[in-house]
Amino acid sequence: MDTMAAIKQTFFQECEEQLAELETGLLAIESQQVDDDTINAVFRAVHSIKGGAGAFGLDELVRFAHTFETVLDLLRGSQIEAAPPLVKLMLRSSDTLADLVRYSRDGGEMDQARVGQLHDELMQVVNPVATPACAQSAEPHAGDDEAGGDDPEAFFPVTVTFDDLIGENSDDDGQIVFNVWFKPKPELYAKANDAAKLLRELRALGEADIACDRSDVPLLSELDPEGAYLAWNVRLVTSAGESAVRDVFEFVEFDCEIRIEAEPSVEPDFEFTPEPVAEIGPAEAPADSPAIPQAVLERLAEFAPEQAAKAAAPSAGASPAQQAQTTIRVDLDRVDRLIDLVGELVINQSMLAQRVTEAGIARLSDVAVGLDDLEQLTREIQDSVMAIRAQPVRPIFQRMSRVVREVADMTGKSVRLITEGENCEVDKTVIERLTDPLTHMIRNAIDHGLESPEERVQAGKPEQGVVRMTAAHRSGRVIIEVSDDGSGINRERVRSIAVDKGLIDADAQLADNEIDDLIFAPGFSTASAVSDVSGRGVGMDVVKRSIQALGGRIAISSRPGKGTAFTLSLPLTLAVLDGMVVTVAGQTLVVPLTAIVETLQPKNSDVHGLGETARVISTRGAFIPLIDVGRELGYRDCEADPVGSVAIMVESENRAQSALLVDGIIGQQQVVIKSLETNYGHVFGVAAATILGDGRVAVILDVDAIVAGSRSDPARSEGANRKRNAA
Amino acid sequence: MMEVNEHDTSQYNELIAFRLGEQEFCVDIMSVRDIRGWTPTTPLPHSPDYVKGVINLRGSVLPVIDLSARLGFRSTEPTARHVIIVTQVGSQSVGLLVDAVSDILTITSETIQPTPDVASELARCFMKGVLAIEGRMISLIGLDSVIAATHEGTGTLN
Repeated sequence: MDTMAAIKQTFFQECEEQLAELETGLLAIESQQVDDDTINAVFRAVHSIKGGAGAFGLDELVRFAHTFETVLDLLRGSQIEAAPPLVKLMLRSSDTLADLVRYSRDGGEMDQARVGQLHDELMQVVNPVATPACAQSAEPHAGDDEAGGDDPEAFFPVTVTFDDLIGENSDDDGQIVFNVWFKPKPELYAKANDAAKLLRELRALGEADIACDRSDVPLLSELDPEGAYLAWNVRLVTSAGESAVRDVFEFVEFDCEIRIEAEPSVEPDFEFTPEPVAEIGPAEAPADSPAIPQAVLERLAEFAPEQAAKAAAPSAGASPAQQAQTTIRVDLDRVDRLIDLVGELVINQSMLAQRVTEAGIARLSDVAVGLDDLEQLTREIQDSVMAIRAQPVRPIFQRMSRVVREVADMTGKSVRLITEGENCEVDKTVIERLTDPLTHMIRNAIDHGLESPEERVQAGKPEQGVVRMTAAHRSGRVIIEVSDDGSGINRERVRSIAVDKGLIDADAQLADNEIDDLIFAPGFSTASAVSDVSGRGVGMDVVKRSIQALGGRIAISSRPGKGTAFTLSLPLTLAVLDGMVVTVAGQTLVVPLTAIVETLQPKNSDVHGLGETARVISTRGAFIPLIDVGRELGYRDCEADPVGSVAIMVESENRAQSALLVDGIIGQQQVVIKSLETNYGHVFGVAAATILGDGRVAVILDVDAIVAGSRSDPARSEGANRKRNAA
Repeated sequence: MMEVNEHDTSQYNELIAFRLGEQEFCVDIMSVRDIRGWTPTTPLPHSPDYVKGVINLRGSVLPVIDLSARLGFRSTEPTARHVIIVTQVGSQSVGLLVDAVSDILTITSETIQPTPDVASELARCFMKGVLAIEGRMISLIGLDSVIAATHEGTGTLN
């Protein structure tokens, strides 16, 4: 049962990949990039889902996938045109298929009416041309073995045609004679397949006469040691059907030339020897073949076990061109464990380096040079390990195209989604936690950002609105931008709503960008009625919070009549952080570099008292609150003398600047983030901990919390004292 | 030390005994992961007095609790001779700062007597009972309550 559950889980994982493939393909078709490969890929995706679903008895899924597949098959056979309405129907079908897969996995009830209706619509496409049954038999390949829909294997398009249908040549005993001509390409051997094994498998089907065709073997001087020159003629007498014969070559279909022909003659003829017979022994076959020496094969298998495994296990999602790219599935826990270990390796390495320096060993000594190499290696290992977790943002972008379709339908607006930079890679956790904020932003862009088609025409814009979603790497972060070409933010309205809701004073003087930022304020929602689309009581403040929880920032820019753009800046990974290492009251702390704008050494004349305890620092004509980190964290009671200290200018929420006063700066380094919560709990003003080069723990400052805390200082420190006393 | 009946181990518990000042305490050996010498800690801001700070335990961040202060005794001025007992309860690890490890005891559960009423209320919530071994009195510390209370002390959300 457990095995079954595991297989089922794999199936669902593969389904996700197939669905992504399906959607990519359909979107390509939608943008008029119709080629045979794309249509084949789409067909294969649906077919594989159907096949797997059949094996698990997911009848509903099979039925829908089958109808969908039938339509795609017509498309593939050029019997119908990929006209826009049909593509739209297919996109909706792909959404429904995705839903069906998810419901099959997680349980729950599907909206039967919707499935039924879509099913009928698909049938209407099929019916004018042919009945589903006809369509099935009209498939140009041998589809008989899949007619039951219970073929768990992936589908591969068959590249050869054959004239005779099965059964025609069978004699009374059901024995058929096949003439098989099989010529491996070098790729077959490169994928660690073995012609001898295939021939042996063929022989297992019945009586086989195997002759080696050596006519192509060149002279030794012209022989490419990795080429493939041998071909085999096989005369096979078998009771198994043509599909069984074909199945033997299933894994190598693209890596060989193959002809399988059923012979009209009925009687098995054992004396039949078309050419000198070379008996293929199990072990000698590769040795026989001058093309690929056994040693080469073995080494290939050694170097590319994944490729070998891949070749043995067909991946239905990959189109032939993509097959070279191989993947393995690894439990995320294992990857995380590896990342943890590498983190420790980095710490250990820097500890070692520090000890060596302390021991007074010269920089040019062998030890120091060796350590430098070690450092470089460790860095490379760390980068590579981090790259394992990195995933392209493509899946999430694809999911957004569905959101766009749904919201466009709901609001009656015509929307085109343009995506760029789907290959941009980000940490898996970041990607997972981006779905909700991005969904919300897209919904907002369509619902609030874009005008209705009539308004757009009036404004002299094309009827179809454009939502653009781009991803790009910029200075160690990933920047995701969601923009629309709508009317831009109506600042008058935003302002009046903010006043109504008591977010700002009626006479407050706000710059344009400050008004724009108001939409991030908690409890703000511009829709006059809570619409089905972007309502739900959450606003952009939730988006902002979830982005910040990821260590990211969100910014908005809007031009009246031109549109609005939201820019997300996110860290590439959640495991490491660029930090500035500082000292405060004898303690070593890390300030996240992303928060820091600049550092400066305050002069006495720059610092001014404000009220009883607060101090500000003047820089470039502005007065910026000065926060003594040591006091804020309770490391010391009295204010530090600003002279001789360092002020770190930080930008926190709302782009407000503050100056953090620390005793000194040690340097800048990348630190591995360690959770304090695992063994202890959340600590005010501390985002996490890290381990420095000397092996000691240092805390990473939570800049936003410290800045916010300093504003409500009296209340908070009282609370902290109370806590301490109670303990 | 008591004799061990090999055939009936379920009745027996092994305990690690340690000293805090003049008194002896013990914890279940099954929850002890490591015993190590004192290393300087990194103090945590806004933490209760008995939280000495955190140390690096093979790559993870381990909070160290001054058990003496936690039980309401004098707080410890740690030296190189002090010992950190690394304990684990559930998924959480905590280091206990103690004066010295003194013994490994094997006892049956009947040996554990209820904590006498005279002990301070604070001490009593962390003690599961006392043991009389060779004329010494050893208090059994319930680690789960120490760790749970540590959490409360920080005023955490989780």
